[in-house]
This record gives sequence, C-alpha cells and structure tokens, in this order.
Amino acid sequence: MEQATASTESTTQSYTLKVRRFKPEEGEGPYWQEFEVELDPTLSVLDGLLQARDREDGSLSVRCSCRAAICGSCGVKINGNSTLACLTQIGEAHEGANRLDGGSKPIVVEPMGNMPVVKDLVTDMESTHWEKVRRVTPWLLDDGDPPERERIVPPESMVDITQTIACIQCGACVSSCLSMEVDPDFIGPAALAKAYRFVGDPRDVESRERLYDLAQDPHGIYDCTHCFSCVDACPKGVAPMDQIMRLRRAAGDEEGIDDANNGRRHEKAFTKIIEKKGTLDEALLLQESYAAGVKGKLMPKPAAIKGLVGSLPTAVRGMRTGKMRSLPKLIPGIHPKLPGDAQRHVKGIYAHAEEHHTELNLYITGEEDVEPEPDEEELSQPEASSGPKENE
Amino acid sequence: MKLAYWPGCVSRGFTTELHGSMALVADRLEIELVSLDRANCCGAGVIAEHNQELADTLNARTFALAQQTGLGMMNICSTCQGAQSECQQRLDADSAYRAHINEALSDEGIEYVKGKQGFENKNFLWVLVEDYGLDRLKAKVTRPLDRLRVGPFYGCYIVRPKHRLGYEEHPDRDLYLERVIEALGGEVVTYDGARKCCGFPVITMARDTSLRQAGTHVSDALDQGADCLVTPCPLCHLNLDLQQPEAMKVVNRDESLAVLHLPQLVGLALGFEPSELGMNRHIASTEWVAERLVGVPAS
Repeated sequence: MEQATASTESTTQSYTLKVRRFKPEEGEGPYWQEFEVELDPTLSVLDGLLQARDREDGSLSVRCSCRAAICGSCGVKINGNSTLACLTQIGEAHEGANRLDGGSKPIVVEPMGNMPVVKDLVTDMESTHWEKVRRVTPWLLDDGDPPERERIVPPESMVDITQTIACIQCGACVSSCLSMEVDPDFIGPAALAKAYRFVGDPRDVESRERLYDLAQDPHGIYDCTHCFSCVDACPKGVAPMDQIMRLRRAAGDEEGIDDANNGRRHEKAFTKIIEKKGTLDEALLLQESYAAGVKGKLMPKPAAIKGLVGSLPTAVRGMRTGKMRSLPKLIPGIHPKLPGDAQRHVKGIYAHAEEHHTELNLYITGEEDVEPEPDEEELSQPEASSGPKENE
Repeated sequence: MKLAYWPGCVSRGFTTELHGSMALVADRLEIELVSLDRANCCGAGVIAEHNQELADTLNARTFALAQQTGLGMMNICSTCQGAQSECQQRLDADSAYRAHINEALSDEGIEYVKGKQGFENKNFLWVLVEDYGLDRLKAKVTRPLDRLRVGPFYGCYIVRPKHRLGYEEHPDRDLYLERVIEALGGEVVTYDGARKCCGFPVITMARDTSLRQAGTHVSDALDQGADCLVTPCPLCHLNLDLQQPEAMKVVNRDESLAVLHLPQLVGLALGFEPSELGMNRHIASTEWVAERLVGVPAS
C-alpha cells in the first residue's frame, strides 16, 4: 500500500488543459481558459478536467458517469480529435499536443463538433444524434406474430451485427463526421451503423424497406464521403463507415435498389469497367454513372440527366486547358486494355470472387497469430523489415 | 534505389501531368521505377462496396506482380494506398483466406506471399521520408522554393484509419508533407482542411456535399495566405483543381488557388520548369507559383 502511494506521488506531473468554455447564462461568446492540473500521466483527460473543476472552478461543465468507456457520456475533442475524455491518457494527450515541436503546448479540450453546445463541454445531442437515430427506426420490425417463447436464430447469423451492437452512443463519430460538417442533414455514422444493426438482423422483416429508404434519401448512405474519420474516432471499434459500406452493398447488390442518387449505378459502372479494361476509364465511368447504357437499352433517370448536365462545365473546362487534351481520354470506351493476356486473368478473378463473395470481418475473426509461412522464413533478409527494398 | 511502381489509373487518365512529373522526378532522384504494366485498378473502395473478395483478389494480384520483381512497391495515389492497405490487412490477417484468394491467381502462375522479402507498398511520400531520406532530398534541391507558402493536403486514405496504415511503426506519417515542404525550402501553411476529405468519392452521388468540402478547404487555405496546395492524391486533385471553379461557386468565392501534385512540388525544387511538370494543364492557374519562383532560377 505504501509502495503504491509512493510510486503514484513520484510520477505525478503538471499538465495544462486549454478548455473551450461557454456560459450561455452570461450572454458572452465562447472563450478559452487554461487550467493547471497535476496527475499521473496514465490517468485520463477526464480525471484532469474533474481535478480542475474541484480545485479551480466548480462551474466547469463536463458530462461523465462511468469513467471507464462504458457509458459513452464524456465525448469531447482532444487536440482536435473526437474521442472519450476517460479513454485518453493525459500523458499521451500532452505528447499529442506537442508532436510537431516537442514543446509544452497545452492539451486542447473542446466540446464535440457538429453539435450545438449547451455549456462548456456539454453538447446537445438531441438534434444531431438522437433525432437521427430515431430516423432509422431503431427497433426490430418482426413479422407481428409473437412466438410462443422466443425467436430462435442460429448464433452465427447474429455474428454479423455484433460490431454494430458494440456502439455506446457516445457521439464521437458524429462529432468527427466530415460529411455532416458540410451537410448537417446527413443521417450520419452513428444512426446508419444502428440501421445496419437491424438490416443485418435475420429476425427483421423490413430490411428491404429500410434499405430503400436509406438509399433514396439524398442525405442517406450515398452522402457518406468515405473519409474514415468515424472509424478512427469510435472508441468501441464499431467502424461506422464500414457499416455504411455494408448497407450500400446490401442495397445495391443484394436488393438491387436503383437509387435516385446514382449510388448503385456508380458502383456497378466502376466494377464493370475494371472487368473489361483492368484500369479505370474515367470518361466511361462518368457516362455510365449518370446514364448507364445510354447507347442502347436503359434510359437514364431525370436525376441522372441533371447530374450529367451538371458535370459538363467541368469537362469543357478540362478540354480548354488541355487537362483532357488527348482524345481517348474524352471518349468513353477508347481507354486501352491491359497488355497481353492480363485482362483475361482479371476476368478470371471476377468469376472466382463473384462465385464465393467471401466477406472477412476482422472485428469478428481477429487477426491470426501465425507462424511465418515456411518460404517466408528462408526468403526473409535482415534488411527486409525496412520499407521498399533498395536494389542498387 | 529501385522500386516496383504502381502509377494507378487516374495518373494515366485525367491527371497525366502526375505520371509525367513522377517519371522526371524519379529520374533526377536516381530512383529506378519498374512499372507494373499488367497490374489492375485498386478498386478505390468502390469495388469493395460491391464485393469485398473481388477487391481483395484484384489487389492481391497487384501485390503478387510486384513481388515477382523482388522489389518493394511504390504508389503515387493516397486512394490506392488506402484501398490496397485495407485489402492487404485482410490478406495478411488470415492464412486460410489468403490461400483462398491465391487460388484465383494460380491460373496466372502468381501468388501473394505475406511478408515476402519484407514486402511493403508505400506511397511516394512515405518513400521520400522513410527510405530516400529528407537530407538526401535536400542535397538534390537546386532551386529552393523561396518560402513559397504551401498548404499540405493529404487525402483521407493515407491518414485514416491509423491502425491499418502503419502509424504504429511510423507515427508521424501525417506530418510528412509538412516536412517535405520545409525540406524543399517552402513554408508550411497551417489551415483547417489539411487532413480532411476533398469530397471526391461522392462527386457523382452527393454533388453539393462534395463541392462544399473542396470549396471550404481551398477557401481556408486562401484565408491563411497559401500560394498553393500540394497533394499526394490525384483524386483529391480532381476535386480541388478540376472541380475548383464549381466548388468556389458553392462557397461564394471568386478566387482560385493552384493545387500541385507532390512530384510537381518536388520537381520545381529539383530545377524543372513548371511547363515540364505539366502545370499548364491544371484548371486553377499555377501562374502565381511560377511567378513566385521566377526570381529563383534553377542553379
């Protein structure tokens, strides 16, 4: 006991927290305030905030409860990154604040982004989180006839949604979302991950309707810019963006929903072009994304025509400056194929993958701890561990 | 230094100036590039959206072709880096899955072997800093950039998610552009958008979201006094440069900002002329950058 106390005392360090304050009752705008705190580097930024509140200013507001990354209450931005204050060690946060020059700049703590601030670090999650979660009908829609006992499903069919069930509704992903930053109407990562939780549930009978709704909404699954911000921000490994991509796969591929946002069209066109050409023919992608098969069978939807017309000024400018000077780049379909028999092999890959359609989710399977493969060991060279190999 | 080289699709399509300037710059840096002509598109995350196994196999094929050369692999596109790293993580994580994927490559007589000769796939930016070295780069500079004010723009796929992109081993990968800019004699412009999304992935699906993102970043960089932006991602270049006039309309601004590809910025410092680097092919005028450097002739 004595030893533990001694070691705690010896490692206590001073840190500066620069906190974005906002007290609406005073009628002033937000301002920055610095707090000096003293604690062990392995303790959390939340511990630091609570110490500042206890010792310096009892009015400093921060929402928290469990202090163990379970309740999801203490979402904030630390040095610009959305996360939980209780999950971030203050020593690491200090290093993070000073990684550019190794100096002693303060740890910057702000309320979560993309949300109105109620007071100091407390945000109003109602309009940007809860309302959006309700938007996706976050409950099971079963077939209406209650079973005699419970609904029995094979355990493996539930594994698929395990990752989304891990969500603790902290809002860190919403705070980090770069689509929502420019389009506040975007349904957003947390709510869409929640939607997959029910789309992927074998007991839910409205999956197709859910997907149709989210695919047609201009602020739905095709409004995600695939930036990975939510993947890095999520403290529980939910990887909301991955769930949005699974919703797209389910909507476009499995259900064949032709959305008004050109999402499925774009994905189909891209995939088809690589099968035919091996590399991307951008002119063909543009044409096919907006108006698949315009040369023959299918007629583009009105929204697609609008999109195509909208992209014309850009293309014309490209021609003027010479960016798209070479003719083959402008005419869909003239793009060269891969040399020799390479394209045949790409087609072979398509056949194999379309037959099996394996989806490996490392969140569920984990990364195996394998012995090196036999030929790896004999091929491994001492310099092999460092970057692309130099051969001079 | 010799590397297997995957130029990607867009550098040979809508941004040929990137492919061309990379060739010039590699030559002057004495980096020999063995082009992977038979390799295929990385899928850019879009093919994975359709069929994850298909994306993984397509990239396993590219890795296998690179491994045949016995060299490390280099790309010049943040999106290729991200999409390929994602597939490589799955391939490396599970030997049974890897064997299944390799089945599809057996017809061509190739195979992806995890960790073969320390195989790694790196963006030119990572190669420059980690393998080539900034001191060696500095020694090659013949026309320092004369405090040209450059805003870095990374592209999402090369900065997130950190666990998949080697940040545990190389925690400063999201600061490399700043270091390269300084090594070339430029001045780093700090602005909000450096590690945000250019919006390109949704330009055909959510046009307003996409253009608003691009416009906001260009605007922020202008506000901080940038002379230009630099990016290691040709897809970011498409949204920031090709779409810039449309993007600036969305944010109600009537200005423009040059957006350089990373090899172009390096090339300027190595003494190449803007026209040799294809800078006249951009949509947003690069004349200001050329004017800024006019007083600093290549020695």
